[in-house]
Amino acid sequence: VTTYDSAVSSTLDSRRLPLLAASTVVLFAAAMALIFFYAPTDHDQGLSQRIFYFHVPLALTAYVAFGWGAWKALLHLWKRPDTADLESYVAIHQGVILGSLVLLTGMLWAKISWGVWWVWTDDELVLFLVLFLFYCAYFMLRYSVDAGPSRANMCAVYALFGVVLIPISILAIRLSRTIATQHPEVFKAAGPQMSSAQFFTFCVAWAAMISLFATLYNLELAGKRLDAHLRELREILA
Amino acid sequence: VTTYFSDVAALARKDLLLELRAKETLPAMLIFVISSLTVFHFALPDGSDHTAALGLLWIAIVFTALLGLTRAFVPEREQGTIDALILTPCDRSAIWAAKALSVLAFLVIAEAVALPAFAAFFSGVNGRTVAAVALADIGIAAVGTLTGAMAAAGRARELILPLLFLPLSIPIVVGGIGASAHPDGNYMLLLVLYDAVFTLLAWGSFEYVVVET
Repeated sequence: VTTYDSAVSSTLDSRRLPLLAASTVVLFAAAMALIFFYAPTDHDQGLSQRIFYFHVPLALTAYVAFGWGAWKALLHLWKRPDTADLESYVAIHQGVILGSLVLLTGMLWAKISWGVWWVWTDDELVLFLVLFLFYCAYFMLRYSVDAGPSRANMCAVYALFGVVLIPISILAIRLSRTIATQHPEVFKAAGPQMSSAQFFTFCVAWAAMISLFATLYNLELAGKRLDAHLRELREILA
Repeated sequence: VTTYFSDVAALARKDLLLELRAKETLPAMLIFVISSLTVFHFALPDGSDHTAALGLLWIAIVFTALLGLTRAFVPEREQGTIDALILTPCDRSAIWAAKALSVLAFLVIAEAVALPAFAAFFSGVNGRTVAAVALADIGIAAVGTLTGAMAAAGRARELILPLLFLPLSIPIVVGGIGASAHPDGNYMLLLVLYDAVFTLLAWGSFEYVVVET
């Protein structure tokens, strides 16, 4: 029992979580202030352009989350640390939550800017939807299989398939598209297509979003580990 | 290497022999594909063009494949023979290769009926469509067998497989419809690339998917 006791207290005592939470609060407050009071209003789009500071950081962070989940999945199959399976799951879980917000904010902006909620002629929209559906299925797989090494392996293989699906889907979507892309391309080889004030605001907003992801990732991980410890403790006592 | 191929051949022969005796999967796939083509006739509005019908042909192919894939591993689980398969002294990927081959055989037979039926019910089928269907079958069998093994390990089984398989099959559908509707060779290349990448990936990762329970 003492070993479990120390495992539980080490999960709870971690200094990382409060620090991350504090930095998220500070960064988000800064980002909100910058987005609504500092960043200049766009000449063409007006107020609706400000959703950019949510939409793009959400999307980039979702890709980071999926990438992190795939990396942990690879680690699980390769070096087999005990923690990698749970970490991969939690990263993908956060990625799907961020992903649904990406779709929501994107559709809101599209309705205002393009007059439609969705277009199929755009690479980025379709790719993101395919990936989102793919990772939603990950949960169905995970919750239909009993916990254990078999499920951990299966989920890791599936998470890695997602990484391979990305380039092949990009190729497929590019091929099937007949009209030029409509999605704004802000980041070009020549640099970001915005003023330095806008770019600064964007960077703070993205840092806030990454920090939020890191906080939620660690929070969910701590909760899940606590659950697992409790379950083991109960089994010992029973 | 020879033993590997003979293992695969023996395992595939077992599946085909079982099907020959029990006749569970293939008749269902054949009836399903003809019924869905019939339903599609009524789903298509009057005056729809050839391309729209081709799209429906691909839907019929993917869904018929799903029907066959569901049956690939579920009986093994239900009858507990999956454990015996895992215990056989052969490379685990041989199990995948054999299953993929038998799934491929069922698919090819189902399409040998579906394509002439499509040509008769809707509009003609050209050589490009046949080639695209053949290429797509390889990818469907490779990826579908792996996801089928995953789905069969869970409680929901038949319910999970389409969810796992459909997002992965989107490039196949894009390539297939593109190759049958346009003379653009890039679509064929996409199908070849998909087959190569995902066949290798599924072959390499299958051993992680089946673990003795």
